[in-house]
Amino acid sequence: MSHFTLYTYVLSASCYKVRLMAALLGVPYDSVAVNFYPGFEHRSEAMLALNPWGTLPILRAGDLVLTETQAMLGWLATNHDPTGRWYPAADPALGPQVLQWLGLAARLTGSAGLARLHAILDWPVDGEAVRKAALKDLQELELLLTDRVLAGQTWLVGDHPTIADIACFPHAALSPDAGLEHDGFPAIRNWLYAVRSLPGFVTMPGIHELHELREREPADPQ
Amino acid sequence: MSLHYASNDWYPVADAACLARGPRKTRLLGTDLEVLGPFDHPVVTDMGGRCFPVQVRYNHLWTTIGDDPRPLFDIPEADEPGRRHVPCGVVRVKCSPLRAVENFLDIAHFPFVHTGILGAEPHTEVAAYKAEIREDVDEVWATNISFYQPQAAKSAAGGITTRYEYRVPAPTAAVLYKTCPPRPEAMDVIAIFVQPRSETDCDVWPWMALYDDTTNFADLAQFQQEIFLQDRSILENQRPVKLPLDPKLEIPTRADMTSIAYRRWLKRRGAYYGALTDQT
Ligand SMILES: N[C@@H](CCC(=O)N[C@@H](CS)C(=O)NCC(=O)O)C(=O)O
Ligand SMILES: [Fe+2]
Repeated sequence: MSHFTLYTYVLSASCYKVRLMAALLGVPYDSVAVNFYPGFEHRSEAMLALNPWGTLPILRAGDLVLTETQAMLGWLATNHDPTGRWYPAADPALGPQVLQWLGLAARLTGSAGLARLHAILDWPVDGEAVRKAALKDLQELELLLTDRVLAGQTWLVGDHPTIADIACFPHAALSPDAGLEHDGFPAIRNWLYAVRSLPGFVTMPGIHELHELREREPADPQ
Repeated sequence: MSLHYASNDWYPVADAACLARGPRKTRLLGTDLEVLGPFDHPVVTDMGGRCFPVQVRYNHLWTTIGDDPRPLFDIPEADEPGRRHVPCGVVRVKCSPLRAVENFLDIAHFPFVHTGILGAEPHTEVAAYKAEIREDVDEVWATNISFYQPQAAKSAAGGITTRYEYRVPAPTAAVLYKTCPPRPEAMDVIAIFVQPRSETDCDVWPWMALYDDTTNFADLAQFQQEIFLQDRSILENQRPVKLPLDPKLEIPTRADMTSIAYRRWLKRRGAYYGALTDQT
């Protein structure tokens, strides 16, 4: 049974974020392909009636319409994760940390996300400026992840993956599309690998299956 | 030298969707250009205001910056009634324009790069087929290809063995013909038109002419975009960046017979823009 409808575009990292979360939680849904590019259909009257901000994805479940991906992940985890571990909202220590990371996820959308759209679709933004901002956000992610590694942890919050990991994953994983390679970011690389290993993980163009990764990246990085 | 040869071909620089959003600043063979709409009365100029010839064909706007241009190649199927034309927009790739074409001609990568769509393990074998330079038309052709595909097109209901033919009518364009799932006696047409921005950087315009009246445009275009983006990271990581035309530099396998013919054809006509040769 389908639990929601996702208005989506195949090359959008933000749309992938929601597809990935739904796949990891095993939540079935219906997709509506929106001609974001080349058609700019997300700015059509019909789509603006649904989302006045003119962005994708859009999640609709009955009367509920969500246009922020972080909110979509929260909704998915709250309604479809009986263990409560993907979004420990009520936990006084973990809950606020998840929200703190969602801030970085939103910044990555505006930096790495735009840098990627500029690189692949010639998106009308200042390419140099968004690439610089993306580099800064990736450096922040690398530093924070290094702290986590030093604390003996794999995930951004606690000892189980959360919506924070999924919210930050797509734009970080796809930064090479904008020429921002992961070579200088060992902590990010290891964490991306951990997310890719999750049961139920799905890919999008630019993000390879783990077995392909193993073939392409030799164990010895020299 | 190589630039002179390349400058006399026609290249796509816009489609209707992008011009509807405003003028397009772009680059062709190292020359900065501005493309102004409307799509049916376009103007292409360089930064000094020099105008270049234009023509609208295959849902794209084409221009040439040479003094003695060769005619734009013909795709006769474009005029066949009943085909739906699907311009898929533009994708920028940091690679040689020739590498973009060569990758499009290669079937062997399907199961590994387009897993579950254009190929699947263990069906990785590419059976012997025919690759040739057709002297009468001066084009590269590969024929008699068949390959198992889990999802050959948006219109395919399941896995089928797809027949393929490839055609290279110009150094930076490639056309493929493949079994049309709802009409097995007919062939769908899929092409890439490459706009070389420089020798190592290009804008690629995928285009399709399909027999499919049921799938909506967004699904058709996204099917093709998804496939092309799966290739993009691989294209950007190929080394050397320019396409080697000297057979000693890369050892092709049997599945690469089309690639061998393509490289030989480029070499003999002196189409060296984006190529690694003794001359460059
Ligand atoms: N509100 C969304 C925005 C996601 C976003 O930026 N989506 C891009 C596509 S990947 C978009 O729709 N951009 C529209 C535009 O810039 O015109 C979020 O929660 O992150
Ligand atoms: Fe491919």
